[in-house]
Amino acid sequence: MTASVVLPPAAVLIVGGLILPLVPARLRAPLLLALPLVTLYLVWQVPDTAVLRWSFLGYELVPVKGDALSRLFATVFALMAFAGALFALNQDRVVELAAALCYAGSAIGVALAGDLITVFLFWETMAIASTLVVWSAGPQARGAGLRYAAIHLFGGVLLMAGIAGEIAASGSLSFAAMTLDSVPRALILAGFLVNAGAPPLSAWLPDAYPESSWSGMVFLSAFTTKAAVYVLLRGFPGTELLIYIGLFMVFYGIVYAILENDMRRILAYSIVNQVGFMVTGVGIGTEMALNGAAAHAFTHIIYKALLLMSAGSVLYMTGKRKCTDLGGLFRTMPLTTVCGIVGALSISSFPLTSGFISKSMISEAAGMQQLAWVWYLLAAASAGVFLHAGIKFPWFVFFQKDSGLRPQEPPWNMRAAMLLFSILCIGIGVVPGPLYAILPYPVAYVPYTASHVVFYLQLLLFSGLAFFLMLGWLQRTLTITLDVDWLYRRLGVVLVRSLDQAADAAWSATVNATRHGTDRLVEAIRRYHGAGGILARTWPTGSMAFWTTVMLAAYLALSYL
Amino acid sequence: MDDHWLARTDTIRRLWIAFALVLVATVLVDLGIEHHPYFGLDGTFGFGAWFGFASCVALIVFAKALGALLKRPDTYYDS
Repeated sequence: MTASVVLPPAAVLIVGGLILPLVPARLRAPLLLALPLVTLYLVWQVPDTAVLRWSFLGYELVPVKGDALSRLFATVFALMAFAGALFALNQDRVVELAAALCYAGSAIGVALAGDLITVFLFWETMAIASTLVVWSAGPQARGAGLRYAAIHLFGGVLLMAGIAGEIAASGSLSFAAMTLDSVPRALILAGFLVNAGAPPLSAWLPDAYPESSWSGMVFLSAFTTKAAVYVLLRGFPGTELLIYIGLFMVFYGIVYAILENDMRRILAYSIVNQVGFMVTGVGIGTEMALNGAAAHAFTHIIYKALLLMSAGSVLYMTGKRKCTDLGGLFRTMPLTTVCGIVGALSISSFPLTSGFISKSMISEAAGMQQLAWVWYLLAAASAGVFLHAGIKFPWFVFFQKDSGLRPQEPPWNMRAAMLLFSILCIGIGVVPGPLYAILPYPVAYVPYTASHVVFYLQLLLFSGLAFFLMLGWLQRTLTITLDVDWLYRRLGVVLVRSLDQAADAAWSATVNATRHGTDRLVEAIRRYHGAGGILARTWPTGSMAFWTTVMLAAYLALSYL
Repeated sequence: MDDHWLARTDTIRRLWIAFALVLVATVLVDLGIEHHPYFGLDGTFGFGAWFGFASCVALIVFAKALGALLKRPDTYYDS
C-alpha cells in the first residue's frame, strides 16, 4: 500500500503556528481558519498503518500511525483548533494564537504517534506551547505560568525516565497496552497522570488555566488533559488503579467547584471532574468502558470549550471573573446565555445533548461489570456535575441577581464559534450514530431507552431541586479553597525563607568568627613585628660598636690561645 | 432595574410551580417503566430522584465542612 500522506498532520499546525507571527496581519485570519481544516483533512488521509519511519539514534521512529482511537482524538483536536481559532480571531496577542496552533498540533502529534519517543517529543512541545498560551495573557499570569511549566516539566521527567527504562528493558519503542508491572511503567503512568490532572498534583489546572486570556483557556481546556486520556486509553486500559484515581478526581472536582467563586476556576475544577469520569472508564477497561471514555473525551472537548467560550465572552465584555461581581447578564447577552446553558446541559449529560450519549456508556459499563460501588458513585457524581457546573455556572453568571452590568454580545466570530459548538452538542446528542461509528470498538449500546432517559431526568432535576433549596449554603464569598499547591505556594516559600534566614545567620557567624581569629593573629604579629614590636625596634649605633668591639676582642684573644 | 419579565416575582412563582409539576411527573412516570436494575437499590421506586437529591445534599454538606477548614480570603496568595 502506498502511503498517500507525505505531510504529518501535526506538522501543518506546528509550522503554521511558527510562521504565524511573520505573516501580514490581513492574512492571519484566513491562515488561522484554514490550517485546522487542512489538518482535519490530512488526519482522515492517514491509513491504519505506520506511514512514516525515521531512524533516530539507532531506533526506528514511527511519527505517524493511524487507527480508530488515534483518528478519533486527532479529529476532535483539529475541530477544536478550528473553533478555538474562530473564537480567538479578534485576539490581538499574536503570540497566544501562534502558541495555540503549535499546542493543537503537538496534541495531534501525540494522538498519531506510533512510538514512545515520538509521544515524548510531542508531549514536551505541548508543555512549552501551552505555557506560552498561559504567559501571553500578561504579567499577572507569570507566576501561575511558571508553576504550570514546573509541574509539566516534572511530569516530563517522570515520563522520560519511564520511557528510557521501558526501552532498556524491552528493547522496543512500541507504544501499546502495558500492564503495570515494573518501575519504568509506573513512571510512564505517573507522567501521563500529571497531565490528566490526577491527584496529588491536580491543583496546577485550576491555578494556571483561569489566569490565561479570555480565548487562551478555551484552547487550554481541550488538549493537555485529553491527550493524557488518549495515552491512558492506549497504554493502560483496564488498569484497576485508574478506577480509584478517576473516582477521586470526579469528587474532588465537584467539591472544590462548589466552593469556588471565580467562574473560570469553577470550570477548571469541572475539567478535573470530567477527566475523572474518563479515567474511571479506562480503569474499568471493557470495550464498552473504553468506548465510553473515548466518546466522553470527544464530547467533553466540545461542550467544555463551549462553556469556556461563553465564560470568555463574559470576561471579554465585562472584564469580570467572580460570581460575586456577575449576575443578571441574560438581559443583554441572550445568545451567550443560551450557548452557556447548552454547554451546561451537555456537561450534565442531559438527554438530547452530547454528554448523555457518552457518559452513560461509562456507567453502563460499570453496571455490566457488576462494580456496584463504582456505579453508585458515578451516579452520585452525575448528579453532582449538574450541581457544580450544570446549574451553578449559568445561574451565578447569567441570572442570580442584577449586578447592574449591561454588556453587549461579543463580536461575530465569538458568537459564530459558540453557535457552531452548540449545534454540535445538540447534534451529537440527538444523532449519536456518526460518533459511535468512529469509536475504537463496535458499539452495541442504545442510549435512548425509556429507563435511561427517566433515570437521568430524575437524577438531574432533583439535583436541581437540591441546588435551589440549598441556595443559601451555596452563596459565593470572596474566598479560595486551599489545595495541594499550598505546599509549594506557601509552605515551600516559608521553608525557603526560613532556610534563607538560617543560612544568613550561619554566614554572619562564620564571618564574625573568622574576622575575630584574623584580628587576633594580626595583633600577635604586630606585637612582635609591628612598629613598636620587640623585633622591629631600632638599635642604637653605640651598642653596635660595643658588640663589634667585644667580638673583635674575643677574636684577638682566641687567636693567641 | 429588575423590570425584565423573567425577574418578576410572579414569573418566578410560576416557574417554581412548573418545576414542581415536572418533578412529580418524572417520578410518577417510573410506575409505567420497566427498569433493569444491576444491583438492588437501583430498582427502587424513583431511585434517580431520591438518590440524586440525597447525593447533592451530601456533597453540599461535605463541601461546606471542607470549606470551613480550607477556605481563605482570595487575596491569600497575593501577600
